[in-house]
Parts: sequence; structure tokens; C-alpha cells
Amino acid sequence: MTAVVHELDVEGPAAPPRANGELVFDQPWQGRAFGLAMALTERGVVAYDAFRDHLIARIAAWEADPPGDEPYSYYAQWLQALEDVLAEQALIATADVVARAEAYAVRPAGHDHGHEHGHDHDHHH
Amino acid sequence: MTSSPQPGIDLATRTEALESLLVERGLADAKTIETFIGIYETQVGPMNGAKVVAKAWTDPEYRARLLDDGTAAVAELGFKGPQGEHVVVLVNTPTTHNVVVCTLCSCYPWPLLGLPPSWYKDGAYRSRVVKEPRSVLAEWGTELGADVDVRVHDSSSEVRYFILPERPAGTESLSEAELAALVTRDAMVGVAKVPAP
Repeated sequence: MTAVVHELDVEGPAAPPRANGELVFDQPWQGRAFGLAMALTERGVVAYDAFRDHLIARIAAWEADPPGDEPYSYYAQWLQALEDVLAEQALIATADVVARAEAYAVRPAGHDHGHEHGHDHDHHH
Repeated sequence: MTSSPQPGIDLATRTEALESLLVERGLADAKTIETFIGIYETQVGPMNGAKVVAKAWTDPEYRARLLDDGTAAVAELGFKGPQGEHVVVLVNTPTTHNVVVCTLCSCYPWPLLGLPPSWYKDGAYRSRVVKEPRSVLAEWGTELGADVDVRVHDSSSEVRYFILPERPAGTESLSEAELAALVTRDAMVGVAKVPAP
């Protein structure tokens, strides 16, 4: 079950998937959330199937009772599923994530958090 | 069940918070995360699947191996990894048209096709293609005669379906690489056919 994607032979003249493509991620944070899950499953910190079970549950729960004021976001479910599996395995308590996010949310605008990755993940059609 | 994200905290901030905790606790490192994003965004894409299709079109022995054991045959070309462990290949013909969906979430053969497009993850596609596949396919421009047998396959953690589309007419003189350039993601999911050059 080891991920060996980075050993793939993916050379070749064909351009990357943009020819067929549309945006992979609508916003940079979605790419971050995706990368977090892949990095954790690749290292065996989290089993992919355990994560997937939570993802299915989150999507099913949303679809069973869609919040009226919130459009469906696949990566919102993805992020919550990731938090679920980390909490379940006692690796990261959800309360810790909330506390950290609240602390970040009150940072002054224009702060330099030295952590500004993700912006190069924007794509163009 | 955990609660929904707090009002007032956007998901970008929440993702950043989660990442900082993971890095702090040694559960993940930023470089590995970047690596995975880069791989799936720029390297792994439908061109891997297209190479498999072109080889199957031009090499009958490879085609036979592919249909017999999809996972092993795509691994021959170096394509393996998460969500690529159980690849089952279905052949589209003039009389049988297969199309793939994941009704539960978004199971998809990532090493072959990259990340799923947004419509594949969308509830409308996931429910409608099961109930009315001909209408959905027609919306994609794939009009199928009444004599064509349409089959919908539900991918799961056990099986990731991959379509071997029909080789279009007028491609007899093309090389394997030229053929690969014709093959589209949509054809390998089964919502479309490979267009003639």
C-alpha cells in the first residue's frame, strides 16, 4: 500500500492535464487540504480507507440535510473528514484546530505569516 | 462527529491551522505536502491513462493482459499508487458502452487519470448517471443508439473502473504516441468517445 506516485514515469510530449481540463482546485486552501491528506496517508499516519470512510460519512450527512445557507463544497467535506480521522485516532483534537484557527483569524490584515504557500496553485483555463 | 467549522473562520484559515498543528507534532512536513500537490496537479493526469489506452490499441498481447489484470498491466507502465490498487478495465465497443461513477464519494483511478474533475464529484452526476445514463451521456454529446447496451459501473474502494474506449476510425497510420494524444479523460470515464483526429 506504499504510495509510489513520485516514482511514476510521467515524461512525454503530451501536455499536463489542462488540455482535457478544468480547475483541479478552485482555491489554494483546497490544494493544501488535499496535500495534507495525501501526505498523511503516504506516511501511514492515517489509513486512506479510514479517511475515506469519514469522507463518505461527511458527504452523506451533508446531502441528507443540506444547510440552506451554504453551497456544497467537496473540499469542505474533505477537510472535515480529515479532522474527523485525526480526532478519532487521538492525533489532533478538533478543539485544538478550532483554537488555532481562531487565533489565526484575528491576525491583523496584511500580516506576514511566513507561510504563504498555495498561491502558485492557481490555474488558468 | 465533530462540529462544523466555526462561523467567522474560513476554511483557508482552518486548513492552515490544521497544517501547522500537523507539522508541529511531526505528523507531516510541508515539503511532503507540497510534493503531493505538485504531483497531482502537474504530473499525474489523464496522459497516464491515455498511454495505457494507446498501448492496448496497438499491442494485442498488452490488451489481453490489461483486460485480465488491469492493476498489473498498468503497473507495467509504472502507474501505481493510492487509488490505483484495484484497476478493472472495461471495453467499450459499438454495441456496449460502459460509463463509470462513484455513487458514494469520488473513487477514481488517480494514478491513471489524475484528480477527478468537479463534475465527477458532483451530486447531480453521481445520482443521474445511474438513473438516466442515456440522457446524461447525450448531454455530453454521446448519442447512443437503442441497440447499444449501456452499463453503469460504480467505483469503490475495492474496484476502480477504467474504460478502454473504441479506437476511432482513420487512425490506422498513427503511432502509439500520436494515438495517446487523442485519448481524453472523458472517454476513459466513459462519458464520451475518443474523437477522430
